[in-house]
Order: sequence, then structure tokens, then C-alpha cells
Amino acid sequence: MDDNQEQKGIVLTEAQKKSRRERSIAIALALGVLVLLFFAVTIVKGPAVLMRPI
Amino acid sequence: MRPVVSVVDHSAMELTPRISEADVADYVALLKPRVMSLVVFTALVGLAIAPVHVHPVLAFTALLCIAVGAGASGALNMWYESDIDALMTRTANRPIPRGRVTPPEALTFGMTLAFFSVMTLGILVNWIAGALLAFTIFFYVVIYTIALKRWTAQNIVIGGAAGALPPVVAWAAATGSLSVEPFLLFLIIFFWTPPHFWALALFRSEDYARAGVPMLPVVAGPDATRLQILLYSIVLVAVALAPWPLGYFDAVYGITSLILGGGMLALAADVYRRREGREASRATRRLFAFSILYLFGLFATLLIDVLVRAAVPTSW
Repeated sequence: MDDNQEQKGIVLTEAQKKSRRERSIAIALALGVLVLLFFAVTIVKGPAVLMRPI
Repeated sequence: MRPVVSVVDHSAMELTPRISEADVADYVALLKPRVMSLVVFTALVGLAIAPVHVHPVLAFTALLCIAVGAGASGALNMWYESDIDALMTRTANRPIPRGRVTPPEALTFGMTLAFFSVMTLGILVNWIAGALLAFTIFFYVVIYTIALKRWTAQNIVIGGAAGALPPVVAWAAATGSLSVEPFLLFLIIFFWTPPHFWALALFRSEDYARAGVPMLPVVAGPDATRLQILLYSIVLVAVALAPWPLGYFDAVYGITSLILGGGMLALAADVYRRREGREASRATRRLFAFSILYLFGLFATLLIDVLVRAAVPTSW
């Protein structure tokens, strides 16, 4: 496949690039919050975090 | 060798995939932030009145999971209702009717949030709360949105149970069990829902009729709806007052409930009396607005009561 063919395909507009970047940052932040939440609860519960009665 | 001839006219096919321009605000709108704020507030009260100490991190986790679960329900509701949302002025600006988010995107978003909220609540807090949150999402999306809303005028009566469950979920998150107090909160929200939404439906009945949603004013007419609003308001005020003489909530709550209940009944009677013209419309809008204040006032009183007791434990 030559360079000309590679450059074809889907080219995002500036608006699409901006919204995709915003969505990516939001997903990253949400995952970060989830990680912090699990970390914080593990610290708060201590060894009890392993006790999981059903 | 004979050349292969395609019978499909590829030149007529649009193969370019759709590239989303939806921004974060569109996805936030899918969560129904105003509904979510009321859910968080009622859940906070459920958490606060629980007779146990809950670590702030666990309390925050529980509230966050309940909020995200409520948001997931909102997104799944908008996914299923995008066809009728486009027909109603109140909902035509939602992200799917505006073309900002496609229904499959909303479905994926809602299902992802529902999964993570339930699993996180179950793993980090307890599985009774997690299971109750899963049931709440299921009830709102499947029972209310998919099964009841387009089928019966009792849609919001039965479906109101979903909106009434968050304080029960929060209580379960705090205590790991269930008790009478959260069900009292459940009953208050359950009986508050019909007069609140039927007041809205009275001044939005043309919208609902255009969309083919069998809300009570569309099916039974405005006068029958006014009677039902009055009857449900009487039951609501009685249910909201009952915890005081039964000894579950104290006199501060009881007196607030009495005062706010008087206002609710007066406005419901006004809606029943005024049936024509601008006066009727004004009475309906007043009841709708006051009903929000009524529920907020009752729950805020319980919350303030708990905070005051925590601050000055010896004076009680």
C-alpha cells in the first residue's frame, strides 16, 4: 500500500477530534476515580476487605 | 477465465462510518442530572438515618454508585424512548433526538454504567445494597420504561417504586440489612410520585397525547386526574405524617410534615377546584413546583435532625 492510499480513509474534522479528545479524557478520569475508590476502600477496610460473607 | 461480475451496485452504498461529535455534556445529559440529584439527596437521607457509623469513604462510595446507577437508568430510559422523546417538546432537546448520540451508543453507555455501579457497590460495600441497586435499575428500565409506560395509565404509580428505592439501597449499604425506617421513606416517595407527575402531565397532556403515552390526563381526562391527584395527596400526607406518632421520627419531623402536608393538600384541593382557563393551569404548576419543595423539605428535616443530634448529642 503506497503513501497516497494510506492517507485516504477516514479523516476526522477538528470538531470530531476535539469531542473525541474530551471523551477520552472523561473516560480516563472515570477509570482513575474507580482505581482510587478501590484503593481507598481497601485502606479503610484493612484486612476486613478479604472477609466477604454472602 | 470469465470475469467476476458483482450484482451489488457498490457505488450506491454509503460505507463511511458515522463519526461521533458528541461531547461530554451530551453524555452527562443522558444521565438525567436533575433526577440524579434528587436520587442522591434521598439516598443521603437513607444513609444518614441509619443507626450505624458509616466510614465517610464507604458512604461516598455508596452514594457515588447509587448516583451512577440512577444515571445508567436515565441513559437506558433515553435509549428506549428516543422515538417518543422526539415528539415531545419537553424531551425533544435530549441528546438522541438531537442526533448527538445514537441509540446504540446510549445503550452501551447505560449498560456499562449499570454494570460498574452494581459491581462496585457489591464489591466495595455489600451485596444486599448491590442487588437492590441492580433491582432498581431493572425495575426502572424494564418494568417502568419498557413494560408499563406505553401500556397503562398506572405507569407512574407502579413505576414510582423505582424512584422510591434509593433510600432503601442507601440504608442497606450502611447497615447490610433492611428495616422499617427505609421503607417509610420508600412509601413517602412512592405516594408522592403520582400527584407530582400527574400535575406535570396535566399541563403537558398535549405532548403525551402526541407521543401516544397513556398518561392519566390523556386516557381518563383532566377531571379524573384532578380527583386522583387529590386522593393520592391525602394518602401521601397521611403516610408522611405516620412515622411521627408511630415513634420512628421525632416531633421536629412531625411538625414539618404537618405544615408541608397542609400546603400540599391546599394546593391539591386548588387543582381539584379550578378546572378552566389560566387559573387551572396556574394551580397545576403551583402544585408541581410545591411537590418538589414538599419532598425536599421532609427529607431535609430528617437530615438536619440527624446532623443536629450528631453535633449536640447531650441536648437530646
